[in-house]
Amino acid sequence: MSSTCSCSKEFVDEREERLTEVIEKYRGVRGALIPVLHEAQEIYGYLPFHVQKRISEEMQIPMGEIYGVITFYTQFSLEPKGEYQIQVCLGTACYVKGANLILEKFKEKLGIDVGGCTEDGKFSLQACRCVGACGLAPVVMINEDVYGGLKPSEVEKILKKYQ
Amino acid sequence: MQIYRAHALVCRGTGCSSHKAEEIFNELERQLQDKKLTNEVKVVTAGCLGLCKSGPNLVIYPEGAIYSGLQVEDVEEIVTEHLLKGRIVKRLLFGDTEADAGIKSLDDVGFFKRQKRIALRNCGVINPESIDEYLAFDGYKALTKVLTEMEPAEVIDVLKKSQLRGRGGAGFPTGTKWEFAAKAESKQKYVCCNADEGDPGAFMDRSILEGDPHSLVEAMAIAGYAVGADKGFIYIRAEYPIAVKRLRLAIEQAKEYGLLGENILNTGFNFDLEIRLGAGAFVCGEETALLTSIEGKRGEPRPRPPFPAVKGLWGQPTLLNNVETYANVPPIILNGPDWFTQIGTERSKGTKVFAVGGNINNTGLVEIPMGTTLREVIYEIGGGIPNGKEFKAAQTGGPSGGCIPASHIDTPIDYDTLVELGAMMGSGGLIIMDEDTCMVDIARFFLEFTVDESCGKCPPCRIGTKRMLEILSRITEGRGEEGDIEKLETLAKNIKAAALCGLGQTAPNPVLSTLRYFRDEYEAHVRDKKCPAGACKSLLDYVIDAEICKSCGICAKNCPVDAIEGEKKKGPFVIIQEKCIKCGTCVEKCPFDAISAS
Repeated sequence: MSSTCSCSKEFVDEREERLTEVIEKYRGVRGALIPVLHEAQEIYGYLPFHVQKRISEEMQIPMGEIYGVITFYTQFSLEPKGEYQIQVCLGTACYVKGANLILEKFKEKLGIDVGGCTEDGKFSLQACRCVGACGLAPVVMINEDVYGGLKPSEVEKILKKYQ
Repeated sequence: MQIYRAHALVCRGTGCSSHKAEEIFNELERQLQDKKLTNEVKVVTAGCLGLCKSGPNLVIYPEGAIYSGLQVEDVEEIVTEHLLKGRIVKRLLFGDTEADAGIKSLDDVGFFKRQKRIALRNCGVINPESIDEYLAFDGYKALTKVLTEMEPAEVIDVLKKSQLRGRGGAGFPTGTKWEFAAKAESKQKYVCCNADEGDPGAFMDRSILEGDPHSLVEAMAIAGYAVGADKGFIYIRAEYPIAVKRLRLAIEQAKEYGLLGENILNTGFNFDLEIRLGAGAFVCGEETALLTSIEGKRGEPRPRPPFPAVKGLWGQPTLLNNVETYANVPPIILNGPDWFTQIGTERSKGTKVFAVGGNINNTGLVEIPMGTTLREVIYEIGGGIPNGKEFKAAQTGGPSGGCIPASHIDTPIDYDTLVELGAMMGSGGLIIMDEDTCMVDIARFFLEFTVDESCGKCPPCRIGTKRMLEILSRITEGRGEEGDIEKLETLAKNIKAAALCGLGQTAPNPVLSTLRYFRDEYEAHVRDKKCPAGACKSLLDYVIDAEICKSCGICAKNCPVDAIEGEKKKGPFVIIQEKCIKCGTCVEKCPFDAISAS
């Protein structure tokens, strides 16, 4: 299973080893597919085809079923995400406080649509459903950073911090 | 054990964490070291107090002084003045304590006075990462009592007598649910917890998980004993990293102390807990879908019966409750059912935690006795509506719920009154909306949510909600047609009758409920192409106030479609309505606030 190019062999191997550890950890555990996919995505940043194939072979689960699960849950991604993942909360509390205007501003400033990633791979934009920080509405999360009480005019300044 | 003369509790819930609570915590420790107070004052990580808006929050005992909205620079002043010299720093105290000269205890502050904290009893009071603190607050006492003094049937009897109803949405009697699971015969049974709090605008469970994870662990072990299960699963949202971490820690600590695992407290009772992360699917809050997801599959619901209590996880009898329901169990066991039934209304006993958000001054988390009126929640606890606006409606129950209009503000809130009003208790999201909120747009927002989150298994939900959204979108965009409202009503009725699961059946509720109270708004959109609340952009006219306009031309320069005409310094500019695409850029750019939409 080592379909790696020689220049980055060690790097790829390290991730593969970690994946093997994850699969071993869950061997014999019932209903382990979702936890395995979670951890695999943590390792690779998304769920590329060869990773799905490994999981399918090792866990004896058909590829079709794995694909079905990945596409059912919004947290799993078949595409690489940006270095900074912007999540604009569109929960009710945020919506009432104008979260859609914030989202529009991000779209405009980044030139991408929801679900898209900027060409340089720096930012990807997602609309999410309630991060449970309704007291701070409207809320945006950029990776682990939470920004609350935002105004559309502050979007540009925030983006600058990551550029 | 060391005795301290003061305790400083720093809220480290999600809200406060994003307000730099960690920096406050570190600075506090540093300042205490500087002033050589570390032997006298103890800094504690605490869970959510509910005052999320004014975070980061710090409470100093024994005075019970709540400091809120802190900056790192304020910490030194608090340490020198309050902790060293004993003088409370009044300017930093939480809102309504300020006016008063004296210091009040937590229970006397307006925000807390009307509350009764049962499910949230330990949130913001103990360090959620320490089992010892939980033990000191009667933690695991209920489990001990159950295992050493009570038969499983007695436990269920206590719960039935308490009349506790499920806090996750529908309000099914918890004791009866436990009884079903206990009576089901099988070698293997499961106890599960729904911590997949998916309703937008709800974060009650998050705060309990972050602020008092042991109460859930304890209650699930009690449930395991009562129904005869030795294995439990907690299904929790992956979007709640702090909650997941603290829950993991709580399980480890409980195992270490022999309160979880094999032969608990030497009684021969075994119970083990496992955490399963959700992956962002709203439908997994539905019980059959949740169990399917724990099994590692697509979280699609299945028809009931058989109910999970008979045939649940991997086909075995399974008890499933939500976080807040479980959090009520230990106090009921300890204080008895009569204590619990004294609180609340005739048919809804106890308290309910609400996540209050939207257009209200004190956004945050409140726990109130059932039967409290909306007016008390908004004006006495919530501090009223900001900017002097009028209260218009409150939305409960998220995408499955409905709204309570201002005319019903004095209705006592409980399961049954909410259903009568066409809303529902739901999990406890309470979104307050002011006069600027368009009810048609809110209905459209919820339908958009439902369409997004429909799992796609049954056509009434998959296709029906999509058609409803299309109609609502065209109404809010000014393309509504005569007969659209009636079409919405017919679709709603059919979806309610035919959808497979609870989420599908309740998906039309936001539309039905807004139609019931705000039909005139729908009609204004359809017939007059006007949005009375001034929220639907496509129905607004942007106008430049000729008296304020300084004819600087900035608006015209920024207009993407050249819809603004005029000459610099030669009288006010004018927006050509036919060309205007209502993007709002001019409003934002005008340095004199001369442009408004109406």
